[in-house]
Amino acid sequence: MSKTSKAFTAASIAGAVALAVTAASTIATPAHAQAKEKCYGISLAGQNDCAAGPGTTCAGTSTVDYQGNAWTLVPQGYCAKYGVDKANAEFDLPGDRVGSLEPLDRDLPSS
Amino acid sequence: MPSLSQTQGSFARALLDPSDPAPQDVRRPAGADATAPQTRRFDIYRNNVAVAAIDALGETFPAVRALVGEEFFRATARAYLTQSPPRSPLLFRYGATFGDFLQTFPPAARSVPYLADVARFEFARLQAFHAPDAAPLSIAALGEIDPARVASVTFSVHPSVSLSRSGYPVVSLWAASTGLMTSDQVDMGRAEDGLVVRPHLQVDSHILPPGGGPFLAALIAGKNLATAAEAGGAAVPDFDLSTHLAGLFETGAIAGVLPPPADSVQPNAAPRAGL
Amino acid sequence: MHQAKTMDHIASGMPPRAGVSLKPQHYHEILEKGPDVGWFEVHAENYMGAGGAPHHYLSQIREIYPLSVHGVGLSIGAAQPLDEDHLARLKAVTDRYQPELVSEHLAWSTHQDTYFPDLLPVPYSEETFQRVADHIDQVQEFLGRRILLENPASYLAFESSTIGETEFLSRLAKTTGCGLLLDVNNVMVSATNLGYAPEAYIDAFPVDHVGEVHLAGHAPDRDETGAEVLIDAHDRQVADCVWALYRRALGRLGPVPNLIEWDVDVPAWATLFAEGQAAQRVMDEAARTTDAEPVLEARRA
Repeated sequence: MSKTSKAFTAASIAGAVALAVTAASTIATPAHAQAKEKCYGISLAGQNDCAAGPGTTCAGTSTVDYQGNAWTLVPQGYCAKYGVDKANAEFDLPGDRVGSLEPLDRDLPSS
Repeated sequence: MPSLSQTQGSFARALLDPSDPAPQDVRRPAGADATAPQTRRFDIYRNNVAVAAIDALGETFPAVRALVGEEFFRATARAYLTQSPPRSPLLFRYGATFGDFLQTFPPAARSVPYLADVARFEFARLQAFHAPDAAPLSIAALGEIDPARVASVTFSVHPSVSLSRSGYPVVSLWAASTGLMTSDQVDMGRAEDGLVVRPHLQVDSHILPPGGGPFLAALIAGKNLATAAEAGGAAVPDFDLSTHLAGLFETGAIAGVLPPPADSVQPNAAPRAGL
Repeated sequence: MHQAKTMDHIASGMPPRAGVSLKPQHYHEILEKGPDVGWFEVHAENYMGAGGAPHHYLSQIREIYPLSVHGVGLSIGAAQPLDEDHLARLKAVTDRYQPELVSEHLAWSTHQDTYFPDLLPVPYSEETFQRVADHIDQVQEFLGRRILLENPASYLAFESSTIGETEFLSRLAKTTGCGLLLDVNNVMVSATNLGYAPEAYIDAFPVDHVGEVHLAGHAPDRDETGAEVLIDAHDRQVADCVWALYRRALGRLGPVPNLIEWDVDVPAWATLFAEGQAAQRVMDEAARTTDAEPVLEARRA
């Protein structure tokens, strides 16, 4: 048996379950709800209840967007705030390429 | 005269490949250049298909879209469409492999390596939205079980449950991009295990506390409570089972508790609860 | 005579009133206000998930209003066999909600294992006719009910077409017993794009088989020759030329349930509701005019 398994004997599990059942019954008060938030991560419930996802339509579109044209290789959005592995050379572009446009040649239109 | 199957075959090929000519059977408008590879009329269908698919991906992956910007997202989605067009008329099923695609798509993999995990997390949210309805089980059901046997119980998780284990702060990134958190609350150095569950109508996203990922993964895999606790304890030395158990039930992620195997059950010992 | 013709219309429990598309962003407002709308139409595919909010809200709304289920993904015009899994999903939706009307399109969207999220055109040949008729038979037998088939919005035609669209639809209705869904905006879109008179199309349409009318907005564009092209965008109000065409159709149709379709850039509920009321007024006015001037019947082709 491993070291960790010894920490979870049938008796200790039964005790933990009993505590969990008891604690859960008192969680309804605001103070306990707050404590629960802290001990079990943040709940982000209740914000996206109508996120139905893509609806299927039978409509056409006048937005033209079917050609893989030359496009901005550098992501432009929110991610700029989240520099990942800035210290890691693997993700460090050569200085003259930072922010440059780089077409994706395999997706160019034929005409 | 081409058969219907031939016409649709050439039509289908040309829809996803702008370099492929339109079917010969297509009538050109009077005055159109008869030597051009296709007419603008055919391009309308090509465009409808591409925009509908890209828009569907944009609706399924709003956080990915916000993280990289509209232009980059649409170009990436178009590359994905070329490689993996929809296979089902249910567009909410489209994008199951988008995360895998992002993981190996050079422009994304290099500059936004966390994007793939955010995509997988968002796809799990949409699947949870459409998952079967089921009532979450109250933790009180555990109190009905013989304490001597409770270590051997297994659980059935709610059909909407999905566990996202990531080396990046996947839930925080999602939450920040949708406005639920501010960007300075995102700790890029933190790895997060995310739980998606839809106990009723709303899809909830939770960041599991340390040890919660291995613990829930074991329960989802059908391991009994003792084995799952060991998995949590192996990850976090001070893993507190009662906190994790209460927290997990509180999310609605547990739909049923299954009695221990027959050889360890005494008569009247373990009532079946939940679904 | 007009009275006799109205009785020939496809029988369904659907009231001959104006309905509107049911969109998720309007669920709450509809349930709170209970607006006086004739009926709602949903896209079948959006209710093919297992559970959750879509079914929760549609179930409540369906208890109050008549319902039409409009499929957009069955690919009835495909050369290949129908997707039986998808057909089973459609049956699950129609069994669950027992809609007054069920409809699909004269179009295809699946080839081999790829789904193209659009309604693609078919050449009107004898081969296509047989294929589509067989598919409609299969669908109606499997669902255990009649369906309506919608005339498409087309951007191009095929050299191999040998049958006119209205004749093609008329023969399908007679052969399979299906009803027809006359999309008046599609008539305007196709007629403009393919260069024929929309009025002639309406006058030739087999109105006895019509069980539902669609109205929607379109987006104007140009092709490479500079010719006007209309896109069936469903993203705005119904154009004046389509209202005029609808009035012409009403002279032949009599009262048939009509629907305002709005699928893209969906507006506030009040705007969609107002558009439905406008359609109701046009229908009501036509009913009065037609009663007074049965001479319109003489226009039948």
